[in-house]
Amino acid sequence: MKQLSSRQYVIAGLVVAICLTYIGRLFFIQIVDDKYKIMSVNNAIRRIVDYPPRGVIYDRTGKLLVANQAAYDLMVIPNQVKDCDTTELCRLINIDTKGFNDRFAKLKKQKHPWYQPAVFEGQLSGKAYAALQEKLYDFQGFYVQARTIRNYPKNVGAHLLGYVGEVSEKIVKDSSYYLMGDYIGLSGIEKSYEVPLRGIRGVRHVEKDVFNRERAAFADGRFDTLGIAGVDLTSSIDLDLQEYGEKLMRNKIGSIVAIEPATGEILALVSSPTYDPNLLVGHERSKNYVVLLRDTMKPLFNRALMASYPPGSTFKIANALVGQEIGVVTPDTRYSCNRGFSAGGVHVGCHAHASPVDLKFSITTSCNAYYCNVFRSIVEHYKPSEAGYRTWRDYIMSFGFGAKLPSDLPNELRGNVPSAEYYNKMYGKGRWKALSVISLGIGQGEMGVTPLQMANYTATLANRGWYILPHAIKKVGDKPIGVYNPKFGEKHYTKVQKKYFDVVVDAMANVMTNGTGRIAQIDSVVLGGKTGTAQNPHGKDHSIFICFGPVANPKIAIAVYVENAGFGATWAAPIASLMIEKYLKGKTKRPEMEKRMMEGVVLPVYENKTSATPVDE
Amino acid sequence: MREQRSIVQNIDWPLLVIYIALVTMGWLNIYAAVYDPENISLFDLDMQYGKQAMFIGICALVGTVILFTDGKLFPTFSFWIYAFMMVLLVATIFLGKEVKGSHSWLNIGGGFSLQPAELAKFSTCLALARYLGEINIKMDKLQTRLISAALILLPVIIILMQNETGLAIVYFSFVFVLYREGLPGGFLLLGFAVALLFILSLLVEKTILFAIIGAAAILVFMFFGKRRFSRLLRVAAVAGMAVAFTFSVNYIFTKVLKPHQSIRINALLGKIDESNRKIAEKGILYNVNQSKIAIGSGGLVGKGWTKGTQTKYDFVPEQDTDFIFCTVGEEWGFIGSSAVLLLFMTLILRIIYIAERQKAPFTRIYAYGVASILMFHLMVNVGMTLGLMPVIGIPLPFFSYGGSSLLGFTILLFILIRLDSYRMQIL
Repeated sequence: MKQLSSRQYVIAGLVVAICLTYIGRLFFIQIVDDKYKIMSVNNAIRRIVDYPPRGVIYDRTGKLLVANQAAYDLMVIPNQVKDCDTTELCRLINIDTKGFNDRFAKLKKQKHPWYQPAVFEGQLSGKAYAALQEKLYDFQGFYVQARTIRNYPKNVGAHLLGYVGEVSEKIVKDSSYYLMGDYIGLSGIEKSYEVPLRGIRGVRHVEKDVFNRERAAFADGRFDTLGIAGVDLTSSIDLDLQEYGEKLMRNKIGSIVAIEPATGEILALVSSPTYDPNLLVGHERSKNYVVLLRDTMKPLFNRALMASYPPGSTFKIANALVGQEIGVVTPDTRYSCNRGFSAGGVHVGCHAHASPVDLKFSITTSCNAYYCNVFRSIVEHYKPSEAGYRTWRDYIMSFGFGAKLPSDLPNELRGNVPSAEYYNKMYGKGRWKALSVISLGIGQGEMGVTPLQMANYTATLANRGWYILPHAIKKVGDKPIGVYNPKFGEKHYTKVQKKYFDVVVDAMANVMTNGTGRIAQIDSVVLGGKTGTAQNPHGKDHSIFICFGPVANPKIAIAVYVENAGFGATWAAPIASLMIEKYLKGKTKRPEMEKRMMEGVVLPVYENKTSATPVDE
Repeated sequence: MREQRSIVQNIDWPLLVIYIALVTMGWLNIYAAVYDPENISLFDLDMQYGKQAMFIGICALVGTVILFTDGKLFPTFSFWIYAFMMVLLVATIFLGKEVKGSHSWLNIGGGFSLQPAELAKFSTCLALARYLGEINIKMDKLQTRLISAALILLPVIIILMQNETGLAIVYFSFVFVLYREGLPGGFLLLGFAVALLFILSLLVEKTILFAIIGAAAILVFMFFGKRRFSRLLRVAAVAGMAVAFTFSVNYIFTKVLKPHQSIRINALLGKIDESNRKIAEKGILYNVNQSKIAIGSGGLVGKGWTKGTQTKYDFVPEQDTDFIFCTVGEEWGFIGSSAVLLLFMTLILRIIYIAERQKAPFTRIYAYGVASILMFHLMVNVGMTLGLMPVIGIPLPFFSYGGSSLLGFTILLFILIRLDSYRMQIL
């Protein structure tokens, strides 16, 4: 008996062992392992993100450029998907079974945590949502997240306004704010003013039961935050002018940039070909994006900021200014031109005109020989000529060439004013001189300027010597842009004195009255302009025109590039003229010219060979 | 008067206090498990906690009656009670209504039904105590072993016929009673070895398993006992049987066990492949997962009473019955659930202590029966919610919702208290 009673310890020991094992297990899953807590939160607490509406964007007159519309994202929490009637769900959101499986495969590939929500099908329309909502309780693991997406009442300004898209994994990784599923401005104003536009997302935590029904606010809303709506922007764009410019540029490749000289505000920024910004919104967004991306005309490419062309003859004005400032040219300086410039085996041709010409007339008639001489004088004014070239380059860059301005728009190109080092490398140090790079005198050669830089240059001429960085936004909420970002209130002076500008502005007015820009003259407004033709190694030359007016008190400065359109006077000048008239007068009185411009088709003869391919240095 | 005072004096108060504590905590957890923030009323008879409150009332009454019954009646009528219960169990197969494929519930009117299998435990306990408590019974006789086995296996067979596998398995816990009464420890070890071999043969490659068996056999022969040729033969024979057994496991697993049973075992062993994952996730794996999530999310101190989101919003199936421990884990946290486990441990250890202080073998054997059953329920039920045991549908004593189970455990425990209270009157 004695022996048997000791067996109580075996049994009691077993009881103790079981209890201690279980307590150990409890310790592990309740205290050591966090996994279950996270899973529980995902199970029973739905985190509903309150996506505040993005700020809307008005034009300078208060018209809506960008509005919002409701959209619905179908979200999925993969590990909660059970007994899903795939066929029915696919029917409701209009995808096939393969698409259904692909979405999960994609999430798996992205190593998306299975207990976290992901967008299953984004931006469903109100109609699709209505049909889906009635059946939603049948699809466990799915829910709908309401949000706003963009809407463009006027279908204009696609490049300028930019588009919004879902954040990429990389953005999420690099940022402390963005989470998967957030939207972010990916280009244009949407990108550069992302922070004020987006507002701050809020979040609600709601307890839900096993049937996916929302039951009560979690912890009485203690962890909830209220979303803060995005700030509305007032753009400096004039909607009517922008729309008009896009119409004029239809079936042409190129761009128009118009700036209010006194403020640096961009009035219109047209890049052609353009696209309907509504295409990059909503359910069909990615499909449309691919179509646009594959278009050989590159409609997504913002030529106004990202295409670099030679400035052509418009650049002569800059050389005239630099020449005066350095003292190698005066208004009375005369050069003869006999169908061009010839020196040291270099020849630059010119059209037939009276000779010799003085400074003003050289601009009016756009004499090539004159500016070859001016450029040569500038460079050879210093010893060695490399030093002269460097000085010239410094002056030129003070006009905003050769570097990002920068404006408030993203992805601006720097353009190119070739450096002395570049030529040293090309010819060897000390083995090149003014004559080697003489085409810079007439704005050809390696010079690269974006239409935006060109418009800024025009504004600088209009202002007689200074510019304010171009910007497309006038007000952020109630804050004027100069307060929001002081750099857009600052004057940048060129290295050339005002008095020299007066001379060239006079000449630019003459261009309009009895020079190359006569076609662009408008009754009752004194304009200053300059034609240009950019040599294009790939095809027909690009037509360029810069213009501002009224000369006494400039309200608008404009630069127009039309690719493969030949002389500046043929296409770019009429377009610039119509734009200015439209802006200053509100309407245009030249229906034939308007019709000719709008209906004109100027497309390169051979596909895919536009010179507007980005030159990225 | 004298009789009554002696009951109050001799009652084992710790047992009673633990019992009351467990039942109260059980009720609180049932309340929390089915708690609906939009619909709060404490004693709604439509809700589980309302009914459970009523069951507790009935159990209090039954318990009191037992305490005031003459304790000598229990040994005297042991076999009669056992016989009556066996008849009732058999009758249930034919008269009982079908619930989830089993015929174990008797309709007793008023919308309530009784599960005799829960009550058969105490009667089997009594019968076993009565039989083994006889003066001339010795556990080393084959006859004794066979009769004891028969007493235990009879309800097992009937309950299996009712299709209540879980409740039938509970009866195997009586092997501890037999062990305490003299069954060689080898039987316990054998049971353990068989279970181990069963699991290993499901998990490990056959060749590796044979290597393990072989190595074990060589070790046993070399280091334990005398190295005689006859012993070598015996060890070899046992090893051979082990190998034969591993072959039968596959057969048992696929042919004898029902698919849902083999999935439960596979789920426990983490052997769910893609082909049966879907079925498994919907059913058993889902339960266990949700159960672990509920408990794991409780943390150190829990989410607070009725604040559990997993259980409250029905993520855990059978959260008020078999998976009630999830509610404890989620809402009371590590501290609360450990406390509950320790309370159960205290209860069982106390019963073992009480058993050992008896002069009458009958009471001792009965007490071991109670301890074994409680231990088994605790081990399987809590183990299953923690993902350490296969899902076997047996309740957590005193906690799980259900009148039959509560009544069964109440009777089991109160008979023990009654028997213990007159231990002094026995010479």
